Amino acid sequence: MKRVLPILKGFAIPVFIIVIWQSLSMYIQNSFILPGWETIIPVLIHPAEPLFGGASLFQNSLISLQRVLYGFLLAVFIAVPLGLLCGWSKSAEDYVNPIIQILRPVPPIAWMPLAIAWFKIGFGSLLFIIFIGSFFPVFISTIEGMRSIRIRWLEVAQTLGATTLEKFKTVVIPGALPSIWTGLRLAFGVAWMCLVAAEMLPGTSAGLGYLIMFAYNLGQIQVIVAGMIVIGVIGIVSDSIFRIGQTRLFGWQGKE
Amino acid sequence: MQVLVLKGISKRFCDDQAEFQALSDISCVIHKGEIVCLMGPSGCGKSTVLRILSGLESSDSGTICGSDGDVFDPVHTAMVFQEHGLFPWLSVYDNIAYGLRMKVRKIPQKQIAQKVHDLLSLVHMEEFANVLPHQLSGGMKQRVAVARALAIEPEILLMDEPFSALDPFSRHELQDEVIRIRDTLGTTFFIVTHNPEEAVYLGDRIIILSKRPSSVRKEIEVSSPRPRDLAEPEMIHLVREVTGYVSSG
Repeated sequence: MKRVLPILKGFAIPVFIIVIWQSLSMYIQNSFILPGWETIIPVLIHPAEPLFGGASLFQNSLISLQRVLYGFLLAVFIAVPLGLLCGWSKSAEDYVNPIIQILRPVPPIAWMPLAIAWFKIGFGSLLFIIFIGSFFPVFISTIEGMRSIRIRWLEVAQTLGATTLEKFKTVVIPGALPSIWTGLRLAFGVAWMCLVAAEMLPGTSAGLGYLIMFAYNLGQIQVIVAGMIVIGVIGIVSDSIFRIGQTRLFGWQGKE
Repeated sequence: MQVLVLKGISKRFCDDQAEFQALSDISCVIHKGEIVCLMGPSGCGKSTVLRILSGLESSDSGTICGSDGDVFDPVHTAMVFQEHGLFPWLSVYDNIAYGLRMKVRKIPQKQIAQKVHDLLSLVHMEEFANVLPHQLSGGMKQRVAVARALAIEPEILLMDEPFSALDPFSRHELQDEVIRIRDTLGTTFFIVTHNPEEAVYLGDRIIILSKRPSSVRKEIEVSSPRPRDLAEPEMIHLVREVTGYVSSG
């Protein structure tokens, strides 16, 4: 019971919202403003059915996930080594830091016009937006992770005969990894949000963001709500995977 | 046999605000298999002496020679710090194996496993091989740190206030462990401590430094047989003598 109770508490507000929503929708009787759950739920429980004669909810989700994964991985492969370099060498940080600080506050979506100009509408420009969105959290937490490494660990390694390269491999990387992992988790969340927003812009032809905008143009509000729920669920599931990984892999963190 | 001869070691530190002479003239000799305790008023540079021997710092002047009379190579030392410094992401086993896996040692995998097992049993930690450090008590962590340092078979094991963060019971246990390890492996110990009882209980010899800029103020041989009983008058007298030298700088 002790473990069930918090879960029940968590369900209370969503259930409350759904009940209010449903009563209001029955009262308003206008599916353009508040579609009833009897129209939303069928969309959710038949995710493989083609929508508007095109791709299904499931297919659109898959396309979005695939895009996010590519852009995210590209960012990780560039941001982690660059972060390690800047954390290791003060000079490299002096070179890189100002430009990073200027670019960081620019919302990834603001890059969309340039992205389209450079990479054309479609996969290339979306990839670029996701890359921009996930690069900064990963880069910054990699440097943060390097800063959190205890000098004592490096001293121990040195007294035990580690060369600079060995210190890097056996102390710096494992020591910085928990912070890098936190960066990955943040980055994936940002990337997911950026992607859906970017997909809503004109010119795209698939993905959850596209589906929502398309449904809007057709006045199919129940599909919009279903799409939003799927976006939320995918977000929560991916975040949980990162969170579980964190406790599994870095249980030592904060406990020494 | 002499394993370490220090002659006229000096060290000056400077940072943005100040510059000060930490060590002015440290000279002493350490023999094989000896347990030598290094004491002195706080801030006198005891730890600096160890850091110089371990290669973490360099001295400004003076010479350090090894057993062959050549310049002493810090490769022959290992260091145990006050707060264990175990790698929190490595198991007890991997922590002990750490130094053995470094390229300089060129030790085959199989031999490493054998060695780590021997060390685990030496410090009575066999059942904890796969445990992460944060799951261990303070005393156990320090046992692992000792095993990790012993793994690379140092000529001298340097210890910087190794037991001062432990509860009295674990401290006592580990002190006896040091004596036992010396008796079984013949390891030479050079231990910085601020605890006169510990120095008198452990040391074959106690070297006391003066205030900064420090030099060797006094060397005291402790020839009482072991196990020593600190409640005996002779020991009480010795503790008092050591305390006097340390506190009067």
